[in-house]
Amino acid sequence: MLTTLLHNLIHLLLLLGLPPLLAGVIGKTKAMVAGRTGPPYFQLYRDLARLLRKGSVFSRTTTWVFRAGPVVSLAATWAAALLIPLGSHDPLIGFTGDAVVFVYLLALGRFFTTSAALDTGSPFEGMGAAREVTFAALAEPAFFFGLLILARVTGSFELGGMMGPRLATAWLGNSGPLVLVVASWFVVLLVENSRVPFDDPKTHLELTMIHEVMVLDHSGPSLALILYGASLKLLVFSAMVVRIAFPADTGNEWLDWATLVAGTVVVAVTVGVTESLMARLRLLNVPKLLVSACLVSGFGMVLLAR
Amino acid sequence: MTQFLILLAVFVAAGSGVPALFLDNRSAVGQRFASAFVTLAGTLALGAVLLSGLEDAGYLTLPMAPIALQRLLGLDGIQRWFLVPVAVLGPLAARYGLGYWPQGEHPESGCKLGLFLGIMTGAMVLLVSARSAIPFLFGWEIMALAAFFLITADDSELSVRRAGWHYLVATHAGTLCLFAMFSLMRTISGSYELGPLPAAAVSDSMAQTLFWLAILGFGLKAGLIGLHIWLPGAHANAPSHVSALLSGVMLKMGIFGIVRVLMFLPDPEPRSGGILLAIGVATGLYGIVMALGQHDMKRLLAYSSIENVGIIVIGLGLAQLGRSAGRPEWIVLGLGGALLHVWNHGLFKGLLFFCAGSVLHATGTRDMARMGGLAKKMPSTAIAFFVGALGICALPPLGGLAAELPVYLGLFRSVNTRDSTTWVLLAMTATALALIGALALAAFVQMTGALFLGESRSDVDAHAHEAGPLMLRPMAVVTALATLLGLGPFFVAPMVDAAARTWTGPGTKLPVLNDLVPFGPLGLLSLGLCLAIGGIAWLLVARLRKNGATASGTWDCGYALPSARMQYGPSSASQILTSMLNLFLMPKIEAPRLAAVFPHSSRYRRVVGDTLLDGIVLPVFRISATAFSYVRILQRGRTQAYFLYMIITVFLLLFWR
Repeated sequence: MLTTLLHNLIHLLLLLGLPPLLAGVIGKTKAMVAGRTGPPYFQLYRDLARLLRKGSVFSRTTTWVFRAGPVVSLAATWAAALLIPLGSHDPLIGFTGDAVVFVYLLALGRFFTTSAALDTGSPFEGMGAAREVTFAALAEPAFFFGLLILARVTGSFELGGMMGPRLATAWLGNSGPLVLVVASWFVVLLVENSRVPFDDPKTHLELTMIHEVMVLDHSGPSLALILYGASLKLLVFSAMVVRIAFPADTGNEWLDWATLVAGTVVVAVTVGVTESLMARLRLLNVPKLLVSACLVSGFGMVLLAR
Repeated sequence: MTQFLILLAVFVAAGSGVPALFLDNRSAVGQRFASAFVTLAGTLALGAVLLSGLEDAGYLTLPMAPIALQRLLGLDGIQRWFLVPVAVLGPLAARYGLGYWPQGEHPESGCKLGLFLGIMTGAMVLLVSARSAIPFLFGWEIMALAAFFLITADDSELSVRRAGWHYLVATHAGTLCLFAMFSLMRTISGSYELGPLPAAAVSDSMAQTLFWLAILGFGLKAGLIGLHIWLPGAHANAPSHVSALLSGVMLKMGIFGIVRVLMFLPDPEPRSGGILLAIGVATGLYGIVMALGQHDMKRLLAYSSIENVGIIVIGLGLAQLGRSAGRPEWIVLGLGGALLHVWNHGLFKGLLFFCAGSVLHATGTRDMARMGGLAKKMPSTAIAFFVGALGICALPPLGGLAAELPVYLGLFRSVNTRDSTTWVLLAMTATALALIGALALAAFVQMTGALFLGESRSDVDAHAHEAGPLMLRPMAVVTALATLLGLGPFFVAPMVDAAARTWTGPGTKLPVLNDLVPFGPLGLLSLGLCLAIGGIAWLLVARLRKNGATASGTWDCGYALPSARMQYGPSSASQILTSMLNLFLMPKIEAPRLAAVFPHSSRYRRVVGDTLLDGIVLPVFRISATAFSYVRILQRGRTQAYFLYMIITVFLLLFWR
């Protein structure tokens, strides 16, 4: 009883505390590949603390929607984060069909982020919003096919069960479809978190950005909420990809936590390396890559239907 | 007792517009009377629903009436479910009309509008509670004709007359199918009474014919793909409270018809469920893709209604498949999702049309490319619109998700069937449903942005103002109802279960919706989400108060002269998606040809019509009109010629065998 409580607490603390570290790992990786020292691993924690102390500038064009954007978006991402398992540890909240609710919670966050962007009246931010909803719509089938494959191989409709102990045995019989799920979900991870090759978070040109350009006008505490929310979303997706790729339960819960942290760090390093080695795709080619991701996971479903 | 309440409701609603006919056509008294009477009728109908409990309320037997007139009305689980939206939205639309279409400003059409709104509400109450084909068709046809007069309220405009004409043709084609269907049913059962047909008497080909006649006849009203052609024009051109009633309730009468006929047909084959799923997916995708291309806000909402009808039909297909495959949980989940969506969509789309009406009232245009920034001038309408948009995209914490979740769960439950064809079919449907949801989000973000956010793109809203209390009050009521339905779907779940029991008949043992769908955890999660939003908002406000906030212009990225027209609007926001889908949208684009180094100022225009209407239906009608013009040679206008025709006919009949 007490250990369950302890591990639930660890689960919650990891969800709250780990995300900014991943952003730091990505930054460090990119710096190392480029031969620079780069910002320290804990840079985002400091940034958040600094932004929370800062004042804000609000555009006169904006309304309550602009202020609500980061708030609702972060709350929705949090609620979604509670639904996913971390490593071998069951999700904090789980019920039948929570996978669908997970998708719609992220959609709620997107609705408000993009509405807040449109609220500024800036053509650049509108551009970012339009791209965000478009690419998310195209990534949706890829994610859903993955969910259906997981549901079929584990026989469960809960995220906790889909990525639970039965996944390890499923790998023995159905490794093909699961490899395809990991591949297509990694693409979904990149697009949902606005990373290269879909979006370049570090470019200085507003015309080419998606997520960063949507949040151009946010400042101070609002920006802190956005940065934190973005890193939380990255953790959520990396934890899922790691769990599907490596569904081992060591039996020792402490070792499992270590595996999870190491796994998410590996995902972050992979993202960093991808970002260092690849250029951003031409915007016209982005939909093609997303459609291929859908086809990859759709093919996985066909494999299962034999 | 309940049936008398219903009968009373029909007459009160149908007669509600009559007093206004005898009053001065500029006085508001008649309109007040009309809306009060419609409200009374709605209350009576709701009273009937409450009094009848959860089980079948039996028939209305009229004392001293001939046998032919007995057993005309009744109220079973499904009828009760569809009666509620009529009883709720009819009065609200009438009340909204007081502010939106006041008699004083529209002396020429106000009385007509009030009269037919009441007649239509009454007719819908009648057709929903009909237990015999005769009152059903009576109500159906009166509803259809009243809707025609409502759509053409503003008949001085060409586009309105056109939309009305398209509607009239479509609805009569539908009624024709229904006449055929009910006649066939009478030959099978021997009476006009509506009830499950005896399995032995229905041959396979007969069941097929009835199924397709129902899909055609009712689908023309519900707006299934290919049969939706009248819908966008009619919804866009009707007065907004009428659009709310058309989309929120009248489309659902088509769904009601399909649900009823599926219930009457015995032993469905698996194919019929598959066909419904395919129609649902096609309708949903077509509707939302077309919605993405629209500039006209009411056309966008109309196409979104088509999309939602598609989602409802997906639910029905799942239920039908459950019946043929012997999976009672699919029946409950599919039918439950479809029925919950009927209510939710009615409320949310009604609300959105009310909001669109307020915007139209304030700006005088339906063109989204000319609006913007209305949230500052119409704050209450903006909040109501946000609620409607979130709900229609099925986002938590509102009711849309509670309605779609059962359908998703049913589709996901296919993972443990052995039959891999069914699994792939249902899994594909689930993915299509998710795609429809994501595209709906894109469409509604774009619409919210174009109407309410940013800055105004033209001077149409220079004099924009918040809607008056007469319009805001019904909107507030709908908002409240929609939120309540979102937070507590488990309260209405027993009504859904009762409807499912009616649908399958007493033979099948059905699970309970509340056991299959985690409404409780979902509600708690929604509540937690609201608390989290509150908590973070509180943190943000506290930080802002401590650190201070300054006002400034929007960061223009160093561009010297940004103008409001540079904002992303309805065409640009959906440009990537629509250009991928040009094949389906077939937009007419007027784009400048850039010839010189310094081109002159020029215009870009993109208009998306209805692909199926403009591309297929109208050409076919034009060709057949030419073909039939040859038949008119026979119509000579001379009595002698007609006598000759008669004599020839009589002779032919003499020699006929």
